Amino acid sequence: MAQYTLDVNGKSQTVNVDSDTPLLWVLRDSLNLVGTKFGCGIAQCGACTVHIDGIAMRSCSIPVSKVNGPVTTIEGLSENGTHPVQKAWKQHDVPQCGYCQAGQMMTAAAFLKENKNPSEKEICSAMNGNICRCGTYPRINKAVKTASKL
Amino acid sequence: MENKKTLNRRTFFKISGAAGGGMVLGFSWLAQGCKQPEEIAKVLEMPSEWYDINAYLKIGDNGVVTIFSQNPEIGQNVKTSMPMIVAEELDIDWENVIVEQAGLNTDKFPRQVAGGSQSIRQGWKALRDAGATARQMLINAAAQQWEVDPSKLTVSKGIIQGPNGQELGYGEVASMAATMEVPTDVPHKKITDFNIIGSDKKNVDLQNIVTGKPLFGIDTKREGMQYASVLRPPAFGQKLVSFDDAEARKVSGVNDVIKFGNKIAVLADATWPAMKAKKLINAEWAVDSTLESTADHDKQLIAKLNTDNTEPFRNDGDVDKAFSEADEIISRVYESPFLPHNCMEPMNFFADVREDKVEMHGPIQTPAWSRSRASKIIDRKEEDIDVTMSRMGGGFGRRLYGDFSDEAAEISSIAKKPIQLIFTREDDMTAGTYRQAIKYKIEASLKDNKITGYKLSEAAINSNMYGLIPNFFPAGAIPNLRISGNKQKSNITTGAWRAPYTNFLAFAEQSFFDEVAEKLGKDEVDLRMELLEIAKPIAESDEKIEYSPARMQGCIKLAAEKAKWGKQAQGTYQGISAYYSHNTHVVEIANVVMEDGQAVVKKVTCAVDCGIVINPDAATNMVTGGIIDGIGHAMYGDLTFDNGVPSAANFDEYRLIRNTEIPEIDVHFVPSTKDPTGLGEPTLPPAGGAIANAIYKATGTRMYKQPFVKEMNVIG
Ligand code: FES
Ligand code: FES
Repeated sequence: MAQYTLDVNGKSQTVNVDSDTPLLWVLRDSLNLVGTKFGCGIAQCGACTVHIDGIAMRSCSIPVSKVNGPVTTIEGLSENGTHPVQKAWKQHDVPQCGYCQAGQMMTAAAFLKENKNPSEKEICSAMNGNICRCGTYPRINKAVKTASKL
Repeated sequence: MENKKTLNRRTFFKISGAAGGGMVLGFSWLAQGCKQPEEIAKVLEMPSEWYDINAYLKIGDNGVVTIFSQNPEIGQNVKTSMPMIVAEELDIDWENVIVEQAGLNTDKFPRQVAGGSQSIRQGWKALRDAGATARQMLINAAAQQWEVDPSKLTVSKGIIQGPNGQELGYGEVASMAATMEVPTDVPHKKITDFNIIGSDKKNVDLQNIVTGKPLFGIDTKREGMQYASVLRPPAFGQKLVSFDDAEARKVSGVNDVIKFGNKIAVLADATWPAMKAKKLINAEWAVDSTLESTADHDKQLIAKLNTDNTEPFRNDGDVDKAFSEADEIISRVYESPFLPHNCMEPMNFFADVREDKVEMHGPIQTPAWSRSRASKIIDRKEEDIDVTMSRMGGGFGRRLYGDFSDEAAEISSIAKKPIQLIFTREDDMTAGTYRQAIKYKIEASLKDNKITGYKLSEAAINSNMYGLIPNFFPAGAIPNLRISGNKQKSNITTGAWRAPYTNFLAFAEQSFFDEVAEKLGKDEVDLRMELLEIAKPIAESDEKIEYSPARMQGCIKLAAEKAKWGKQAQGTYQGISAYYSHNTHVVEIANVVMEDGQAVVKKVTCAVDCGIVINPDAATNMVTGGIIDGIGHAMYGDLTFDNGVPSAANFDEYRLIRNTEIPEIDVHFVPSTKDPTGLGEPTLPPAGGAIANAIYKATGTRMYKQPFVKEMNVIG
């Protein structure tokens, strides 16, 4: 076990875990930020997506010892769900079960910072790494488009 | 938020127990009402006193209403749509409603199950009664206060009006209403007076989902809780011989390693050490029964397809005669693999087995079954066990089977600690309760350009189609018809998977009818309309027949019109599939084009008849998801076994449909005033047939096996 100090959602946090502990479990178990979800643990599904230094990353596959930048999770995307992506998600009532959606929104938020006016094709490709077993993809894509205009 | 105990009132719907309308999740963010404001500026003011009106609702002294949603929420949106029905009959402003998930209470609620797409259909009357009866009690209370006849009063949006223009809000009469006699036979609203049902209402958990609040079973935390990760036999048919846990115990954070049955649980302070240590257990396994492989199953099932030794599930006319007199016989075999459920939230469950009480919480479609099994496993009375349901990251049938809640109870009971069991994705995919591999042989006899006979034989691992299915289409449409099946016992655990049996049967049948249409030289829509016309009078006299030929015709007409059937530009190929399941009629028409020599599914047009649509926008979401799920699994879903070991353990080896692979989906509902039916399953089954039939027109290749991707190069 070792001590790691992380900047999570603008707050400095110190945790005591093994160096190989994935950021995902540090967030969920040590810091009580359970909005970031576990889906596969091998960087395949996107459920665990967070931002590190503003870039969308798979928190299940980054050991805490390799985190070198401020972390933003769904809980830190905005106060009370007012980030454009969250607003658009609400406007389109995107979720079914809702489990994949934090990851979807984190991917979308990072993508929209890079591409302010994406085409439909660019949206699909950007979102392709996030699985939704419920099949909410059409609404996800519409919401990303809407968010790009907010 | 004290529940006021109410006296002198009769039990409601044979409700036992007095206070509380269910489990109250004390989360403050529930207090946002059903309004989903852009900015959460307006938060509902909480009342200082709540009055229980009945099991389904309580009313605050300020008129705020809490409606308890009794059924498990797996993403089918019943947590929103069921309370909408109560609110409609209660006649209140939806923005003044708070919805809370009720815990398991079989005394209060009739059917706390998420399964078979039945929540809305079977809940409809009880939910309307709950709202209407409560409304009448509130009216009666106001009438008593004003000393007038209740029939002189009117209600709108939670405000009662008296004959002289007096007004009382529900909150003002709630305390009195709670003590009133429960009236019987209260009439329901006229359908034409609905204003909540039939309007778009957002998911009541939406704000909590988009802000990442702890809603799901996997998010459960309790004081002193340990995380449990379980090592199970790597192959079906194996048992545990011995194990060495020395390395596992060295992992920091690990507190215990427990053997139970053929499994070993690692208990740790956090998820990661539990999962990591599990991999370090050195276990020896031995063959317990047979180690089965798909190659063997294939042979066994083909043999079963060709043995006609069971009682038919349905037998009309004289099939053998029809076949012996036929001009031509068509015979086709359709084959499917096993499928894992792959809910995005892996299986998990919380259990705290204490001396005084047992607490169980988590994602479960059948909480009552979990309780009754736990009671046996840990030898405790059912009354001592409290089961509450979390929101679920998908169900799809997997969470009908509470093997994980059983494990959680057993581990907690041995460890004497509160534990949260978590499956890794690998556990989830390899310790499944799979959709079994099934094969169908379908045959038709043709004479004088008509179908005279139809035989369908099913060969399935572990179990055959349930009793209603043989009475679906084409029962009634073909005079000589025989539906039969055989099963092959297996030690691989199998069970219901979104639209059990029909999830594959619909593809087989609807592909087969396309071949029949081709042989008869008929348009595919015309053939289906003609067969349904024949079935109409028969369906009237034969009570067993499950579908409505007229309603299916209505769906076909609507879908054909919206999809511009037969009027597509050259280069767009259409395929149709019409399928009834779970009391809902669905037609899907797929458009396929060729791009760079590959068939690409561009669009699916869907018409649904589910009676009254409770929440149209959410219903559209569900219908769309079912179609995408259906396409995804027909196209890519594949699980095979080699010596008892599943071929895939995670998403690097198992392909689920992704964002770039979906077609445009266009959804239409048949306008209806009939009682509502469910939508969680019925739009999945027709999808495979619709795309297969369109792919055939585009490429000349028929699909007989799922997944299609193995058969040819197709793109979603
Ligand atoms: S949990 Fe990290 S990508 Fe699936
Ligand atoms: S909403 Fe259920 S997995 Fe995406």
